Amino acid sequence: MSKQTKTLNLNFGPQHPAAHGVLRLILELDGEIVEKADPHIGLLHRGTEKLIENKTYSQAIPYFDRLDYVAPMNQEHAFALAIEKILDIEVPIRGQYIRVIFCEIGRILSHILNITTQALDVGALTPSLWGFEEREKLMEFYERVSGSRLHANYFRPGGVHQDLPRGLDTDILKFCNEFPKIIDDLETLLTDNRIFKQRNVDIGIVSKDDALDYSFSGVMMRGSGVPWDLRKSQPYDCYEQLSFKVPIGKNGDCYDRYLCRVEEMRESVKIIKQCLEQLPKGPVKSQDNKITPPPKKEIKESMEALIHHFKLFTEGYRVKKDEIYTAVEAPKGEFGVYLISDGSSKPYKCKIRAPGFSHLQAMDYLIKGHMLADVPAVLGSLDIVFGEIDR
Amino acid sequence: MLNYTDLEKKINSELNTKVSSSKVVHETLNVSIEKDDLKEVLLFLKSNPDMKFKQLIDITAVDYPNKKNRFRMIYLLLSHEFNKRIIVDFPLNENEKVFSITGIFPSANWMEREVFDMYGIDFQDHPDLRRILTDYEFEGYPLRKDFPITGHKEVRYSEEKKKVIYEPVKLEQNYRNFDYNSPWQGTEYIKEIKKNNE
Repeated sequence: MSKQTKTLNLNFGPQHPAAHGVLRLILELDGEIVEKADPHIGLLHRGTEKLIENKTYSQAIPYFDRLDYVAPMNQEHAFALAIEKILDIEVPIRGQYIRVIFCEIGRILSHILNITTQALDVGALTPSLWGFEEREKLMEFYERVSGSRLHANYFRPGGVHQDLPRGLDTDILKFCNEFPKIIDDLETLLTDNRIFKQRNVDIGIVSKDDALDYSFSGVMMRGSGVPWDLRKSQPYDCYEQLSFKVPIGKNGDCYDRYLCRVEEMRESVKIIKQCLEQLPKGPVKSQDNKITPPPKKEIKESMEALIHHFKLFTEGYRVKKDEIYTAVEAPKGEFGVYLISDGSSKPYKCKIRAPGFSHLQAMDYLIKGHMLADVPAVLGSLDIVFGEIDR
Repeated sequence: MLNYTDLEKKINSELNTKVSSSKVVHETLNVSIEKDDLKEVLLFLKSNPDMKFKQLIDITAVDYPNKKNRFRMIYLLLSHEFNKRIIVDFPLNENEKVFSITGIFPSANWMEREVFDMYGIDFQDHPDLRRILTDYEFEGYPLRKDFPITGHKEVRYSEEKKKVIYEPVKLEQNYRNFDYNSPWQGTEYIKEIKKNNE
């Protein structure tokens, strides 16, 4: 008599602490081995692209904060760059440096969250408590510069909204001097930790070719040994003037990706320090008042400034007919904006390319043959945030 | 390594009949082709030793309701080896099907599902063409220009039925789409209200 076996269908999520948001994963299990994973996404779909088509360019920026809400300013950056390229505006050098500082702060924000929650998923609670304390400090920097901890709306086409408030640069520098110690502390908890290694080494291996085929980017690709970073290969703003290294993994497993993220945080700290050292004086946004609003003081004295202000906040600036794809190296990978303008003050189409979308797509390929308990480990190392995947 | 102008020339000479127009803007090569040549062109771009566009960045469509060919399909590709970006596009009629390229780029799977979900464009030979971002029983194609921004249905929890129910959208206030080009003439919806009152 032959034994009959049946696979078990398991519904993982949409409300599950290890799903990092609202992911519904239908798993087909043979005992404890995953045979097939079918992610159902879209539970956080808000129609961002449709909304952007109906808003002026400056009204569209806050929607980018709400995509990857762990590192909001990096998204704004891609959109701002797209408009700047079409309109051919030069961003003042101080504005570029401030942007890079906050992009790297965003990268640290995102990587802290990812590393610590990945540790949480595989059973370590302490890193998240330590890490979130640091995130809080970084979000305070966000708040001081833009007035809001998360949804900053700070990067604008032509520069940034306003200059750094007094004392912020010294506080960021102070953080940069203290933070490497915190990374060391986190590493003592995780890097050589036996349980952490057992749960992550050789789990979710991605080969070089598959990383390309599945359209991976960012750490997911560098973890597999592909040396590719848009900050180096297609530099934007002042990244060319800064020296930093791009950490590359070797084995392409969850553990290598963790190590890459840790090293990237260290590099980010170096970048911020360099920026603070080199930070020149001067304006932070383009002085062309057809694009950026004039200072409040001027509005009360100059008729022209008043007209500019009125036109900018009612009709908005017009963007000539053009098409452009711009991408930035967001913490999670290549975040791109494909913008089609038609000469009016609203985008005709704005397609958002989220790195997490392609990463999550490969879930079936990554998890096939692994144990059920590896699902959270792989999900954790994919670094998915549903704001950007569902859009 | 080829620069963009040489790359453009090479693509034009090797695919001469298939490329209908090409240009280099914003450090990206734009190539327009015909719908039926899609697979051949992408295979060529992926495998040619001078191109190596091995990564599919994104697939999307654009809706032009007033044009003869309503949609335009857009494929964004990246070559890591040569650090080049290319955009391949072609026009598409409303009831035409597109060949799925999941066989060439596995990552096209979800991207095509998204285009299907948002624009209702059908992909031939796609292994699993389902809606992806919208709700399970969603109707309509949200990114088409004729789809209203407020949608058609809204959901709420019904205390009587003890479950989430779908109802037609009821808005307390109209969606206000201000026309700032001529603010003194009033917005569209106010004009409509005035017309109805007359």
